[in-house]
Formats: sequence, C-alpha cells, structure tokens
Amino acid sequence: MTAQTVDTTPSTPVRAVAPIAWKYPIVYSILALVSLVFFGLVGRDGETTFRVATEGDFFAIPDLVVSSTVAGLILGILLVIMAVVSVFAAVRRIGLGSWFPMLFGVLFVVSFLAWAGGGSGGVIPMTTLLAGALALSVPLIFGAMCGLVGERSGIINIAIEGQLLAGAFLAAVVASVVKNPYAGLLAAPIAGALVAVILTFFAVKYWVNQIIIGVVLNVLVVGVTSFLYSTVLTEDPGLWNARQKLPDLAVPLLSDIPVLGRVLFDQNILVYIMYVVVIALQIFVFRSKWGLRMRAVGEHPKAADTVGIKVNLTRVRNTLLAGAIAGLGGAFFTVGSGLAFGKEMSAGQGYIALAAMILGKWNPKGALLAALLFGFSKSLGNTLQSIGTPVANELLLMLPYIVTVFAVAGFVGRVRPPAAEGVPYVK
Amino acid sequence: MTKVFGSFVANDRIDLTIEPGEIHALLGENGAGKSTMMNVLYGLYDADGGEILIDDEPVTFSGPGDAVAAGIGMVHQHFMLVPVFTVAESVALGYEPTKSLGLLDLAEARKKVIEISSRFNFHLDPDALIEDLPVGAQQRVEIIKALSRDAKILILDEPTAVLTPQETDELIAIMRQLKEQGTSIVFITHKLREVRAIADSITVIRRGRIVGEASPDSTEAELASQMVGRAVSLTTDKDEADPGEASFHVRNLTVVDKAENVVVDDVSFDVRRGEILAVAGVQGNGQTELAETIIGLTQPRVGTITLDGKDLAGESVKTRLGAGIGFVPEDRSTDGIIAEFSIRENMILDVYDREPYAKGLNLRPKVITEEAKRKEEEFDIRLGSVADPISTLSGGNQQKVVLSRELGRQLRLFIASQPTRGLDVGSIEFVHKRVIAERDSGTPCLIVSTELDEVYGLADRIAVMYSGRIVGIVGPDTSREALGLMMAGVPADEALAATADPSSATDASSAAEPVSPEPADDNSATPSAEETE
Amino acid sequence: MTTDISPAAPSPAPPPDTETQDGRQQNLLQEILSGSWLVSLLAIVLAMLLGGVLIAVSNAEVVAAAENFFAAPGEFFSTLFSTVGNAYSALFRGAVFDWDARTAERAIRPLTESMVSGTPLILTGLGIALAFRCGLFNIGGQGQVILGATLAGFLGYALDLPPFVHMLIAVIGGIIGGAVWAGIAGVLKARTGANEVIVTIMLNSIAGYALGYLLKQNWFTHTTSANPQSRVVDDSAQMFLLLPAPFRLHVGFVLAILATIFVWWLLDRSTIGFEFKAVGANPHAARTAGISVSKVTILVMIVAGALAGLGGAAQVLGTEFKLTGGISGSIGFDAITVALLGRSKPLGTFLAGLLFGAFKAGGYLMQSQTGTPIDIVLVVQSVIVLLIAAPPLVRSIFRLPTPVLKRKED
Repeated sequence: MTAQTVDTTPSTPVRAVAPIAWKYPIVYSILALVSLVFFGLVGRDGETTFRVATEGDFFAIPDLVVSSTVAGLILGILLVIMAVVSVFAAVRRIGLGSWFPMLFGVLFVVSFLAWAGGGSGGVIPMTTLLAGALALSVPLIFGAMCGLVGERSGIINIAIEGQLLAGAFLAAVVASVVKNPYAGLLAAPIAGALVAVILTFFAVKYWVNQIIIGVVLNVLVVGVTSFLYSTVLTEDPGLWNARQKLPDLAVPLLSDIPVLGRVLFDQNILVYIMYVVVIALQIFVFRSKWGLRMRAVGEHPKAADTVGIKVNLTRVRNTLLAGAIAGLGGAFFTVGSGLAFGKEMSAGQGYIALAAMILGKWNPKGALLAALLFGFSKSLGNTLQSIGTPVANELLLMLPYIVTVFAVAGFVGRVRPPAAEGVPYVK
Repeated sequence: MTKVFGSFVANDRIDLTIEPGEIHALLGENGAGKSTMMNVLYGLYDADGGEILIDDEPVTFSGPGDAVAAGIGMVHQHFMLVPVFTVAESVALGYEPTKSLGLLDLAEARKKVIEISSRFNFHLDPDALIEDLPVGAQQRVEIIKALSRDAKILILDEPTAVLTPQETDELIAIMRQLKEQGTSIVFITHKLREVRAIADSITVIRRGRIVGEASPDSTEAELASQMVGRAVSLTTDKDEADPGEASFHVRNLTVVDKAENVVVDDVSFDVRRGEILAVAGVQGNGQTELAETIIGLTQPRVGTITLDGKDLAGESVKTRLGAGIGFVPEDRSTDGIIAEFSIRENMILDVYDREPYAKGLNLRPKVITEEAKRKEEEFDIRLGSVADPISTLSGGNQQKVVLSRELGRQLRLFIASQPTRGLDVGSIEFVHKRVIAERDSGTPCLIVSTELDEVYGLADRIAVMYSGRIVGIVGPDTSREALGLMMAGVPADEALAATADPSSATDASSAAEPVSPEPADDNSATPSAEETE
Repeated sequence: MTTDISPAAPSPAPPPDTETQDGRQQNLLQEILSGSWLVSLLAIVLAMLLGGVLIAVSNAEVVAAAENFFAAPGEFFSTLFSTVGNAYSALFRGAVFDWDARTAERAIRPLTESMVSGTPLILTGLGIALAFRCGLFNIGGQGQVILGATLAGFLGYALDLPPFVHMLIAVIGGIIGGAVWAGIAGVLKARTGANEVIVTIMLNSIAGYALGYLLKQNWFTHTTSANPQSRVVDDSAQMFLLLPAPFRLHVGFVLAILATIFVWWLLDRSTIGFEFKAVGANPHAARTAGISVSKVTILVMIVAGALAGLGGAAQVLGTEFKLTGGISGSIGFDAITVALLGRSKPLGTFLAGLLFGAFKAGGYLMQSQTGTPIDIVLVVQSVIVLLIAAPPLVRSIFRLPTPVLKRKED
C-alpha cells in the first residue's frame, strides 16, 4: 500500500438545499409597488367607467364607475399583500399554483385600466376590449398551433408568417371569385399547406437549414402576394378582391351570458374551428397514436425509425397539416374580418405566433394562453389609444416581444424545445 | 451477407447461424463491423448482397418493422428511447394499443409493461419518465420493448458498455433467464471475459469478415489473438520510470454535477515528474470529471489543484494550458478536434494565439503550414495536404493530430483521457510510445483509461476510481483480479488480501505482466467482489 | 444548450469549404461544372426565369395572347418575350447602364445607384455572414439597422459639430446602436442559452416599435410637425459624395469596401476570427482548447451588430437623410439573403450585396416604365437563395456532375 492511498470512507454527499427562488417575488414586489404608488398614491384624479354591457344584452348590467385613485389604492394594497405572500412562499419554498400569477396579472391590469381611464373621464368598454383581444388572438392561435405541430415533429417553422399571409391571400381571392366566404375558408388551408410543401421539400429532401428556408419563404410569400396584388388584384378588384365576410353565428343560450358570452359565442365559424383545433390538439398530441409518433419523431427520430415509424414521411405529413392550420389562421385577416386582401397584411403576426408557441412551451394549452395574452395586450393598446390615455400605444405593442425575450432567457422556467427539431433525419 | 459503404466494405460475405435458445456471442474489435451487421439484420440498413433465413425461410426486410414482425428484437448500443416519454409510452411506440379515434390505450400499455416486468423481476414503474431512470433500467425498458413484440431472437449490441458491474451481473442473469424461456440471444461485444462467462457459441469477426468460431472454453489470449488478427503484443516496451519530485498535487478534490450528485469525491493524489499515473476504473466513476476539472472545464466544489507550486483554483482553461498542461480529451470528435477545420488549424487549436503562430492579432499562415508539415513528419500522420479538413483523416490519424498538438510544446503536465479509444492496434502502439517518451523527458503524466491493458502498458502507478473516490493507488504489478475488485469498490488492502496476491503492491514499477485485452468490466466474472463488499 | 436550435449541426451557411478547396487538384472543367460559383450563377438564371413566368401570367396582354394561342402562336410568343424582355431590360437599365439616357452621366448613373442601394445591404449582410460563420443565426439585422439608423440620425441632427467630425460621431453612434442591440442577444445567449434566433426576431419588432414611439416625441424628432418623422440630418453629418451631383454615390460605399476587407481579415487572418470560427464549428472543442465560448458569443454578436448598425447609419446619413418609420425598409431581411447568396464569405457577400442593390435600383425603373411591380425583385431574390441553399437541386435540374467530396470512412 502506498503513502498516497486515500481514505476511502464515504464522505457525506455535498447536497445543498435548492436556493430560494427570488426572481418571482422580486417581480411581484416591483409591480405591486408600481401599482400602489403610480396608480394609487400619485394617481390621477377622476373617475373611470368600466362598461361591461353592450346593447341588447339579456341582462342589463350597469356601468361600473370607480374613482381612479381609490381603485388604484385598493388594488395596489391587494397587490402588495400578494407580493408579501409570494415572498413568504419563496422563503418557505412553497410552490404557488398557476392561479397566483393569473390573479396577480388580472388585478394589475384592472388597476392599470382604472388609472389609465381616469383623468380623461374615459369609458373602458370591456366587451370591446375582450372581443378585440380574441379577434387579434385568432391568427396567433392558429399560427402557434401550426408551429407546435411542426416543431413537435422536428421541423422548425419560421414560415408561419408566410403561411398566414398566403392563407389570407388565397382566402380573399377564392371567396371573391366564388362570391362565397366559405369557399375562401376552404382555400386558405391549401395555401398554407403549399408553403409547407416548399418548406419540407427543402428541409427533408435537401437538408437545407430550416431557419433559413423559413426566413426566405416569408420573403417569397410577401413577394408573390404583393406582386399579384399590385398586378392582378388591383386591375379588377371587383372580381379578384371583393370583400367577403364569414357571418357571425351566435350559439343559442351561451351567447347570452353577459360579456364573455358575447365575446366567445357570437363569432364566425373560424373562431369555433379554432376552439376545436386547440382542444383536439391538446388531446391528440399527448394521448393519441398520432401524437405519440409525432413526438417520438421530433425528440428521437432514430428511436422512432427502429420501431418501424417512417420518420421523414411523418414529418412531412405533420408539417403539411400544420401549414393548413396556419392557412386557416390567415383566412381570419380577410374573410374572417370581412376585409379585402392588402399587401403584407399579416404584419409580423407569424413571428408573434412563434413567440406564443415558445412561451406556451410547445403545449397547445400554453400556446393558447400566451397568444391570448399577446392579443389582449394589443387590444389594450388599441382601446387605450382610442380613449386617449397617457400610455403610448407602441409601448404596449412591444410587450409581447419583451415578454418572449424574458421567456426564452429562462425567466419563466426551463423552456425545452423538442430535442431533434431542425435536425434533418438521415439514415 | 455483404454491406458496403462507398468503397468501404463493412461486412464481407458474412455467414452466421443462430440456433434457437442459444446465446451467441459476436466478438470483434471496435469497427470490425459487428454493429453494421446487426443493423442489416434488423432492417435498418439494406444489405448489398446475401440473404437472411429464419427457420429456413428467406426473408427480406424493408425496414425494422419487418424485422420485428419476423421476431427479431434489438437493444442498441445507444438506447433508442425518447427521454421525455414514460416507460409505457416507450414500449407502446410503434405498436400502439388504441381505442377509438386513434387515442392511446395507455392502460393496456401499462399492463403489458407490468406483466413482462414482473416476469423477469425488472421492477419498472410504467409511468416513470425515461430520462429519470438509471441506464440499467433504461436497458431493461429496451428489453421489454423487444419482448413485448414477441422477439424470438434478441440482439444485444454492446450491452455492458454503459453498465456498472452490478448492473452487468443483473443483465447476465436476465440473459440466462431469457435463454431458458427459449429466446435466442446475439450478444455483440469486444469484452472477452463476458463472452466466456455467458456465451454458448462464439463467432469472431475482424475487418468485416468472419475469422472463425471459438468455443467458450478458449482462453482469453486465444480469443484476443483471433479478434485482433495476430498474437497481440501484450507488453509495451518501456524503461523503468525514474520519477523526480512530485510537481502536481490534487488535494481533497470534490466535484458536484448539475443534478447535485457528487461525481468526484474527496480525491487526493500526486504525480511526480517523469512518471505515469494511470487512473483505472469502470466508465462513469468520475474519471472523466476528474480530468475535466484539472484542465478547468469544470469547477470543483472543494479542493485544490497545484502545479509547480502554483494553485490553479479559479483559473481559466486558457491559463492552465498556458501553465504547461497538455490535455487529450476523452471524446476526440466532440472535444479534441473541429471536423470542419483543416488539419493545420486543428494542430494549433489551443496555441493559435501564441508565438510563433500569431503575432499580435495576426495569424501567420506560413508558419502554421510549415509547423504542420513538420508535425506531419514527426508524428507519421498519413494525410494528403495539411489544408484538407481533418474529417478526411481516419480516427487514428486524427488522434495523432491531437497528440502532435498537445505534445508539440514544452509541457509541465500531460493529461490524456482514453487516448487510444477506437484506434487500431498500430496507432495504439504509436500513441503509447509517444506518451512514454513524454514521461521519459520528465513530464508528469496522468492517463485515464478504462482499458486495463492500456493501464498495465503505461502505468508506473495505478489509481483506481470507484463511484467518484480513489479506492487506492497501487503498483503496476498488482494482479488483474485485485484491480477488478478495487474497480468494484473494494479497498486496496482488502482486494489484495482477497486475491492473495503474493507480491505486495509498491511504488516500484516493473514491466507489466502479460495480460489479455479489456476485462475492464470483469467484476461480473469475479463473484468474490460481492462477497468481500 | 437546451434551447439550442443547433446551429452547428447542419452548417448554417451552406458552404462546405471542401467544394472549393478540394477541387483545385481536380481538372478544371470538373471544378467549374461542380463549383459553387456556377451553382450561384445558375440559381440566378433560374430565379430570373421564374420571375419572367410570374410577370407573364400576371400580364393581361400575355394572358389574352395565350387564350388565342392556337389561333396565333407567334403572337403569343412575341407578346410574351416583349413583356418579359421589356421588364428585364428596364431592370438592367435601372441597375447598370441606361442606353436610352440622354447624357453620358445619366447613362452610367444607374450603376452608381446600385452601389448606393447595395451599401447598406453589404454592410448588414457582412454582419449576418459573420455571425453565420461563427454558428450564430443573426436574424436581427432589421433591428440592428433600425437602432444604428436611429442613433446615427439623431446624432446627425441633434449635435452641432464641424463637418466630418460630425459625420464620424454620427457613424460611431450608429455602430454602437447596432452593436448594443445585437449585444443583448449575444449576452442572453451566452448567459442563459436563450436562442438567438427567437431573441433577435423579437428585438426586430421591439426596435420597430421603439422607433415608432420616438418619432412621435418632439424632443427626439427636433420638429414640431405631427408627422412621425425627424428633422433632416445636418449637412455636416451627411456622408459626403464621392462624385458630383446628380450622382448620389457617397462615402458609405467606401466604408462598405473597408468593412469587407476588415471582415476578411478578421475571419481569415486574425486570432479573434480563429476563436470565432472554432466556437461556431464546435463549441465543445473550442472550450477544451481554452476559448471562452460565452465571450466569443457576445463578441460575435457585437461585431455583427456593429456592421449592421453601420449599414443603418449609411442608410440615414447617405441616402435618406431623415428618420422615418420605414427607414430600414427591408434591409435587415434582404441582408440575410445577401449573406446566404454570398455563402457567408466577405467577397461573396460584397458581390451579392451589389447584385441585390442592383435589383433594387433597377426595380424602381422597371416599375415606373413597364408597370411591373418591384415586388418581383423579392420573388427573384428569395428563389435565388432557396436554390443556392440546395446545390444538389440546381445540379439535378441542369444535370451537372456532383462534386467529388472526400469522406471519412471510419
């Protein structure tokens, strides 16, 4: 035995207790203080009216009029209490449920609205605000579902933007020519899937980097649709680009629920399709044979291959399906909103959809919530602009992007994309 | 059966017959074509010639699905499991039991897992996530996958490479059990001891051809020479070490990984100038982390590393390289070279900003090329042009490039992790000679190896690691059995006593005794390991 | 590395150097036929053809002639060729040499206009190419151009400095603006592993809204006008012209040349570039070789952003002279295609930038003279890049030999 022989008795493992997670309490505290001080203590005099009723409601709910400062103070104190709770929870290492940030967020937004509406004696039309949020979310949600199905099967899809635009274009043109908005609804998925065909052709057959194809496809779709718009569509807009609108279909009873009923169940068929798509994906991605195989192909294609799953075929099929979903979302810009096609009318929504997918951690439910959040912040911007508030519209419009940057920087927990996404499968 | 990749014949007219209910070992060196052959058998690759017969019926596989249908199951060397799936989902994948609408019948899948799992005492929770399971359990999931599809022939590709000795024992028990139930097993390995422990018949394969059958009664030396193709030179010529003062010290080093597991546990040792300290042990017992911590890729939780009297704590990798450490990483293709870079660029990978290769911020292409050509000569690297990408070289020549870089400068410490992994015999000899030459020039050398042959061939002293600890540091004349026990965690004195080795281990070095290749995981074959624990 | 979209795995910019370097020993014809330059050229030709088809089908006269195809096939072809031919000849006259011009000055002015349009594309394209070579997907050219233009423009009219010095300060401001904006993505990637593709895309939009916000603030725009645009940049800060009016060619083009040389030196001749490329190709090996991956990641993004910011500065100080919401146009996205067409090599990017600049300059004349919308240029550009990204596709279309690639066989 040599002198160097080391004591071999097992030493106690160095197992540190998980450090206290301070970041959430800090954020809560800052927001609570902002709310209390800015919206409450040094808030703006005046009253804010929350208008929850719309004409023709089953129940007539009176407007809610509050003093801006009083509301700011009360809500500010509530938020501070919640922040304190979060500090305690962090120190004790107790996990707070997902209801906590949601409640906090709702209270903060209400407090913000009360402040923003004050001074100008503004009326906050709640139904318009929420309906606008949903409308702005629809393309985002379809886009996010498209991205999710593609990436879960291993194909990164930056071309959501292009698919939305292509869907909007074809829906408008077909609806206009056939003079039936539903015809446009049938055409839109084809447009989205066509873009996906090019994407998968280059990604699967030629192993071209998927981010590159996505970016380039977006430019291509903008080029083609703008070119055709400037030539064919503007030459005879009556034939090619007449406005067609999907009619609103009120669901009996449900649509009579005040505020939310109006917002959720008095919509055109595209919105109902969206509900179905989200619910179906939430179930099928995780609990079906199709979903299991899709996730296997996106996480570990070789493993899927060894059990006889055709990796590339699965990827192509799912990406085409995803493209069709995005195309439907594009239809919302034209036939869904009753607008004619306009150049670059998707205006970057595809990129926000991508962000919503990431923020939702590649889950349909999460992506839905993220897209709604983004839609809401945009709707809020529009509403505030129309009632003339001190907050610049641009700053609110920036919000989704800033939130996403924080999200991918790991602030909302670990974001883990499918392991094999973007990697061509070669035997 | 023949399989050709480009101009490279991976399998050349292979004939193989597997009897029902036998364990058939397929023995061959790394790169001999074993895995290729099994992948053809499993339908992952198309054969370029030949046929496959099952019960005298010719079959053709257009994909693994066909092979599975024909009753062939395979457990790959790298597990084919999706980390985020549950055990039940993993087993179901590809053969999903479904309810209406294509919805999964997970209850059915769970039932299947539980049923097979209890038949073999696997103790697997069908709802556990794969990524949370230890490797041994993951392997059992793979076996369940194959069995759930009624595999008659089970192919196990290097199944023990990633297992701890205990897990290897368990696997061997499972294999026996499977055999009793009538499953044929093809067991691919290059580990002689395991073959002898379990195989009913042995086929040896070399350079894509079958070179012969062997009986499990053959000695390891016989098997080894068949596998390698000539009587293996089991000794490396070297002079006795002439160690100087100890210039490199590691004290109480403790390293914790991301999951807060202690991977290097209170390790202390010295390396003297002009000696080779070999770190032996089964893969995954902290050797890799130890080497990475010394070079600065990982920061230790506790402990000091001192080179030439200078504490290296908190220093960057760059500073450590500057202090004269040469480092050959374990995984050449990931850490040692940059495949897209040219050979000459790879030769300056960690000295690119030093004289004479650079002046200020400017690289000096001329000097770099000249130096590269000089090293090409000195290290006998077979290459076309030093401007070619290094990916055009064979593994052995790539490793020589790495060595030429690390040994091409004045060193104060040389660390090499698995310096000969995946190399052919000729390259191994060359690498060993260079390492010994470096030792003889007075550099302290630390060699991490899981190959006991390499350890015996190079070491002046042997440190055995088990579960992050150094179990003991012994002389190079320690018996293989004693080292095997130590690698299973038995303290050095007990191990020496248990094997009743007459020669006591001392610091004094002697020529390595003749030994057979690669019984690194031989604990499975020495049941005494468990008795003494 | 959990959020990595693995830029290293399929090499981001498609240039397997082997194609050009190995070829040297093979026979010349083989090299030309399989070389990347030929593929690039053919991709351009194919894309122009496809653009021609699009021009034809959208043209009422051609469609009318096609309907009479069987009655008068000759007329169809003559209409077809004259329509497409007119469009492309207008494109050429607007981009290179106008033989219809009345004066010699006017005749060669298009070429300089292409250089003017090309300048920001080259600079931004270099930024993106540099990042590609270092394994980073900088999709954020747009945001970096906006930040560069914003800061350069603001300094250009807000400060009161002597000529040249003023320009220099404004240019440096632009460089810093771009560098900081890209640096955010670099720091986040290095510190938290945040995927740079997502972050830079988000930063593009944030930059756009930030500029929109600033243009509504009078302290920023230095005007009392309600229009969302700024005051005109002082003469002292404008990039001086290289040729007398009516030429608009300014010193920014010289900066683009210098930047090209700088990027070449950086990537091919400097120790910093060695680190950059090493990290891009194999971060594990780079780390083992003592290179700090996070330092390099941040530095690459800063340099890339600085180049894009310089592109923005050239745009506002050299051609636009005032800040508007659309100051960046689509430079940031066009620059990605420029970098790809240039195979992420400095000289290639320079030439690709010139080509796309020419498309842009010629596109305006084409639109005004033949009524062919300039959007066709977007189509042609994106098709070029798609084809270039898949050399085997181009080769199979033209039945060219495949280059002999050395492969490792173990």
